[in-house]
Amino acid sequence: MHEQVDSVKTYALVWIVLLILTAVTTAVAYVDLGAFSVVVALVIAVVKMLLVALFFMHIRHSTQLTRLVVMGGLIWLFILLLLTFADFSTRGWTGVPGR
Amino acid sequence: MITEAAVEREHYLNASYGIKSWLLTKDHKRIALLYLATVTLFFFLGGAFATLIRIELLTPTGGLVSSETYNKLFTMHGVTMVFFFLIPSIPATLGNFFLPMMIGARDLAFPRINLLSWYLLVIGGLFALYAMLAGGVDTGWTFYTPYSTTYSNSWVVATAIGIFIAGFSSILTGLNFIVTVHRMRAPGMTWFRLPLFVWSNYATSLIQVLGTPVLAVTIVLVFCERVFHIGIFDPALGGDPVLFQHLFWFYSHPAVYIMVLPAMGVISELISVYSRKPVFGYAFVAFSSVAIAVLGFLVWGHHLFVSTQSVYAGMVFSFLSYFVAIPSAIKVFNWTATLYKGSISFATPMLYAFGFIGLFTIGGLTGLFVASLGIDVHVTDTYFVIAHFHYIMVGGTIMAYMGGLHYWWPKMTGRMYPEGWAKLSALVIFLGFNLTFFPQFILGYLGMPRRYHVYPDEFQVLHVLSTAGASVLAVGYLMPMIYFIWSLRYGAVATANPWGATGLEWKTPSPPPVHNFDEMPVVTHEAYDYSTVMGEVIEVG
Amino acid sequence: MASEGHAETLALREQFDTADQQKDASTLGMWVFLITEIMFFGGMFLAYSVYRSSYPVVFAVASSSLNAVIGAVNTAVLLCSSFTMVMAVRAAQLGQRRAILIFLILTLILGMVFLGVKAYEWNEKFVEHHVPGPTFHLEGVEMQGPAQIFFSLYFAMTGLHALHMVIGVGLLTWLIIATYRGRFSAQYMTPVDIAGLYWHFVDIIWIFLFPLLYLIDRHLR
Repeated sequence: MHEQVDSVKTYALVWIVLLILTAVTTAVAYVDLGAFSVVVALVIAVVKMLLVALFFMHIRHSTQLTRLVVMGGLIWLFILLLLTFADFSTRGWTGVPGR
Repeated sequence: MITEAAVEREHYLNASYGIKSWLLTKDHKRIALLYLATVTLFFFLGGAFATLIRIELLTPTGGLVSSETYNKLFTMHGVTMVFFFLIPSIPATLGNFFLPMMIGARDLAFPRINLLSWYLLVIGGLFALYAMLAGGVDTGWTFYTPYSTTYSNSWVVATAIGIFIAGFSSILTGLNFIVTVHRMRAPGMTWFRLPLFVWSNYATSLIQVLGTPVLAVTIVLVFCERVFHIGIFDPALGGDPVLFQHLFWFYSHPAVYIMVLPAMGVISELISVYSRKPVFGYAFVAFSSVAIAVLGFLVWGHHLFVSTQSVYAGMVFSFLSYFVAIPSAIKVFNWTATLYKGSISFATPMLYAFGFIGLFTIGGLTGLFVASLGIDVHVTDTYFVIAHFHYIMVGGTIMAYMGGLHYWWPKMTGRMYPEGWAKLSALVIFLGFNLTFFPQFILGYLGMPRRYHVYPDEFQVLHVLSTAGASVLAVGYLMPMIYFIWSLRYGAVATANPWGATGLEWKTPSPPPVHNFDEMPVVTHEAYDYSTVMGEVIEVG
Repeated sequence: MASEGHAETLALREQFDTADQQKDASTLGMWVFLITEIMFFGGMFLAYSVYRSSYPVVFAVASSSLNAVIGAVNTAVLLCSSFTMVMAVRAAQLGQRRAILIFLILTLILGMVFLGVKAYEWNEKFVEHHVPGPTFHLEGVEMQGPAQIFFSLYFAMTGLHALHMVIGVGLLTWLIIATYRGRFSAQYMTPVDIAGLYWHFVDIIWIFLFPLLYLIDRHLR
């Protein structure tokens, strides 16, 4: 499926970037960004995830089907989170107890 | 008449003997039969609980069992029927047997994982059985917190473990089917030449793979809450019981589509064969299967309308719930259109198919009632809901399952079932079913709550009718047990294609050889192309 | 054709027609399995998200009682193990038996280091009475219930992750033995490949767990 063999350099580069991003996310946590802290943390985490997925898990070279499967999994997680929060984030909007 | 040839020919049943050849088999056809035996046992167990429920409900003040016991009866009826019968039923029996054959493969992609799936179902079942024998569980099959996590004194953990393990059986079957359909199709078997039964099982597998893990983690959390009192669903510690309901129904709503989609796949096959016409709007039916699988994940909050779920979320879920009805309706219209100008045969499987279409339509239409936020506030937790889902699960799924069993029986066993008795059973089941469940719509509408065994006197007539229907239904289900077993020895020997059907499974002998096909099929025609089977007619008494 | 049945080998089991078909099927199977894992962990991420949004201050206090430096170092350890794992897969693609062994063993060691550090951290929590149960107490918060929920989720999520690491360690052990016995070649290295996918996935879970558990509003403390 992926006949292509990536170079050691590619892997090493990705590895270094991942380590740097880990240091960054730790350091940034101590900076006051208010509500943006969690956004920054998640963005960095997503970038790290993409690096691992694209390079280490070879999604770069994978078939359409594999990518569809991965997208599907992520979308479904998103559905779980989004629609549940449709409940939790709109509680109390009517001002009626229990609604 | 048993010929020399039939005695000598090797097929999957006689190729090897002994218990190890069954318990360690990798043959999807044998595994399908292992599942058939297992789910049938669970069906009758669940039916036994139902019998006790219906007897208890004959009188307004109960009396046969205590309230605590009654709680256990309906819980165990639900757990057994949902997790150990309905969810595995069609995919693991008919799907396991025929999906590889329909696509022209020798087996599933992962035969040993297939066997593992069966063992997981059995082991999970044993845990649940242990819980039932040790004293039972009384939380309802829905295990709502904080009752299940804090207050119930019944065997919640054992049952939960059983369901957890059975869930992995379901996940692995789904995984196996998905990979098989993607990677094991015979040359020429393109996606749009697949039988619709394959499409349905594929869509079902998507649900199994995406939904069941959430049930699994929910059970883990319930376990932690019950054993370690972590507080995640306990209001006293800041937890929210409704979070459990979100997590539970995220799986359990799509689960009902796991239960009905394979049934719809069977119906597509039956309607086509017994009208001798291709399914009308094949592509629409195929896409509808996938649409049901996808949309089914967006509606779970309609089970939370009367919880403390926010009203705005309720509106969103109510709105989305209407959409999931559309692809189901498309299928019903297409099946009906298939009948038009078809050459209709009233063989037993077709009787079940007709039954399905009518009863599923009623069940589905009442689904629209409960999808409406306003109406549901009144009918939720009443017998209206019970009637709604039994029309779909029993009037729909089980009828389709029976139809499929009859249709494919000759292929699986090499024997024909007795047509006269089969038609009679179908009729008995149809009448018994309606007598059991139609009164329940009325009961629910009049306000009879579910899970109660004590009720106002004025409801008794309807309950008596329902119980009477249940006894007829029980007879209807017992008859096929008897004649199917009878047919194994005394049934007419079946030919390769007794129905004149077009699928690849009918191009092999009955019963099939161990590796399904003596030579790899190459597919050159569309699905349901009856011009390829012109010479074959339906043999039915 | 192949339908008649061929002699079954590791690279070509009897249900498949070609080795490529088997490799594709195995890889697809592992990916489908991984998305079931996304949903499995997803349920806990949901619980975490709901309760963090309900009790942001309590969660921040609880989070700050974790050692962020140790967490970051452990994250780095796991990222290094992902690097060595993908190098092992690469070596397998090139049929370099010795290199496969070295990299798999390195991955195993790094994985064990991670688990060791985890065990140390858990022990710390036990000593500080941050383990949910009758002796639980978190200083600096009024509502002990939600604090206990944070730590329940901490233990549940890192515990589930650790369980997956242990399974991964088991897989690696089996792979090391199989590599030593010469099972794999450039033509057949699927088990190494798909074990790699599993290992990277478990790493990705940790990539999210680390900031979500350890780095909540650190600037406030």
